[in-house]
Amino acid sequence: MPTRSKKPRLAVWKFASCDGCQLTLLDCEDELLAVAGAIDIAYFPEATRGKIEGRYDLSLVEGSITTPHDAERIREVRRRSATLVTIGACATAGGIQALRNFADVKEYASVVYARPDYIDTLATSTAIADHVAVDFELRGCPISKKQLLEVIAAYLAGRRPQAPAHSVCVECKHKGNVCVMVAHKTPCLGPVTHAGCNALCPSYGRGCYGCYGPMESPNAVSLSQWLKPLGLDERDLQRLYRTFNANAPAFRKESERHGP
Amino acid sequence: MAEYITLAVDGLQALLDELKRREYRVLGPTIRDQAIVYDDIESLRDLPMGWTDEQSGGHYRLVARQDDAIFGYPVGPHSWKRFLHPPVLPLWQAESAGNSVRITTTQGPDQPFAFIGVRSCDLHAIAIQDRVLIGGQHVDPSYRDRRKGAFIVAVNCGEAGGTCFCASMNTGPKVEDGFDLALTEIVIDDQRLFLTEVGSPAGRDVLLQVPHRPATPDEIAAADGVTARTAASMGRVMRSDDVRELLLGNLDHPRWDEVAERCLTCGNCTMVCPTCFCTSVEDSSDLLSGKSGRTRHWASCFTLDFSYIHGGSVRGSARSRYRQWMTHKLASWVDQFGSSGCVGCGRCITWCPVGIDITEEVRAIREDRPAERTHHED
Repeated sequence: MPTRSKKPRLAVWKFASCDGCQLTLLDCEDELLAVAGAIDIAYFPEATRGKIEGRYDLSLVEGSITTPHDAERIREVRRRSATLVTIGACATAGGIQALRNFADVKEYASVVYARPDYIDTLATSTAIADHVAVDFELRGCPISKKQLLEVIAAYLAGRRPQAPAHSVCVECKHKGNVCVMVAHKTPCLGPVTHAGCNALCPSYGRGCYGCYGPMESPNAVSLSQWLKPLGLDERDLQRLYRTFNANAPAFRKESERHGP
Repeated sequence: MAEYITLAVDGLQALLDELKRREYRVLGPTIRDQAIVYDDIESLRDLPMGWTDEQSGGHYRLVARQDDAIFGYPVGPHSWKRFLHPPVLPLWQAESAGNSVRITTTQGPDQPFAFIGVRSCDLHAIAIQDRVLIGGQHVDPSYRDRRKGAFIVAVNCGEAGGTCFCASMNTGPKVEDGFDLALTEIVIDDQRLFLTEVGSPAGRDVLLQVPHRPATPDEIAAADGVTARTAASMGRVMRSDDVRELLLGNLDHPRWDEVAERCLTCGNCTMVCPTCFCTSVEDSSDLLSGKSGRTRHWASCFTLDFSYIHGGSVRGSARSRYRQWMTHKLASWVDQFGSSGCVGCGRCITWCPVGIDITEEVRAIREDRPAERTHHED
């Protein structure tokens, strides 16, 4: 069957993940029609049944690599994709499931599964960029709808996506938020965390959880020094850095300074 | 000869009413999220009566006062640049219209601003941004439109904050010029009064509609006492007469490495600084509407994007970024714009999440100059 259009072909791929990031695309609602008008959504199991073989102009990859099979499959995705963009903390840092990297995965499997011998898994959960070349990484757990549309719009316009790697603090200050750490003594990872959420948690008086992962030049050692007097002990600090981006190098390194 | 009159508390309310009647957008101090911020003010009730704050490096706490002072706090997290030089400003939008492109540029504000409670440090900061943004060859039209017609009600500080050092920078605490009206909050015979200095014809014109009376010599003396006490109680001190030479002569001082270990490169200091003016623009293209646009936003010399040129960022290390900010603020600003870029408001100290103190950094370099060290580390 001949192709219906010359529109760029988009594929959405899933690896170890909760589907939340690819659902962000469906969440776009009104904008989804505009996206569908501009690109051919050729492979998106979450939204369509059809599977189209061949090559893709833009692949959005969600999830981390946790099995030998997935480690192979991502190579195939890369081969089929002209541009490969990873979306979300799993794909860009290994996700919450990277907590296995700090433990014995065999022990986990023996506790969780009735027949652990059926489980064929890797000892680690790692980012897509640890396996293949990635053209752009979109951060977040989950990603922001606005930023996803920006990545697609930028791709279509042939320009660089606007997704600055500076701290969440810059977003707070643009919004005029009062600093929750300085004024409320609320522990906040904002100063070491990558922007993109538009300072969601601090805008509601909560500290940043770091779900966008480390910013471009994180100084977690210095921040931790200031978090201690706010009542965080070593275990709290380790847990603070060990969430959705536990395996991102800057957070991993800092968490390891506060315990095994 | 300065012209002094006295307002009672209801006179202050009448002043707010008169500014509103003249269709100013009245902005002033108010409490939000446990801090005194600047926002739209409807009446005296919105002002932080009976509140102050406690400030030190990386620390801010709203504290109840023992009295009903209305302006009994130093400066908070916001500065007036939020309004004159907004953090995010759409510049233009473009959309297809048949065979042509229609471009819409952003207009200035609908109403002129009236700022209530502008402190001396912030008046100096506004004067600095005036020089930078509209005083030179290249005028920023957005700043010009926002600045034009702004009515400034200044306030002489009744007490200095824990991170204040305007007295060191010769920028306060007593306001000198650049205002329409300047208030000093005084209490005489248990009555709260505002000794008011008229600073412009516009200020005098507004006052004509506000109940007032001539100031007594006692009231003038009381107001002088207020600013003298404030000047003597600065939370911080920084010797500023030779700071330009000090910093430019110590560009390889080991202190830059030491501060880089603490600096988060988060950019908070530049965002809260009332004189930092750098911006960047970003273009957007919207799939749904088909519109394209350009937006300007505050930029910070602490980000890697700031010094990004072909091949990478010029200032990759925290050391080089902190040094760039501080030497520009205190030293090369003088060569560029004819004054220091620091007004001693202390915001960069209070709002640094790890409490880095610009006055302490200057002191550390001053007290350990290369000539006095046994060896020179780079």
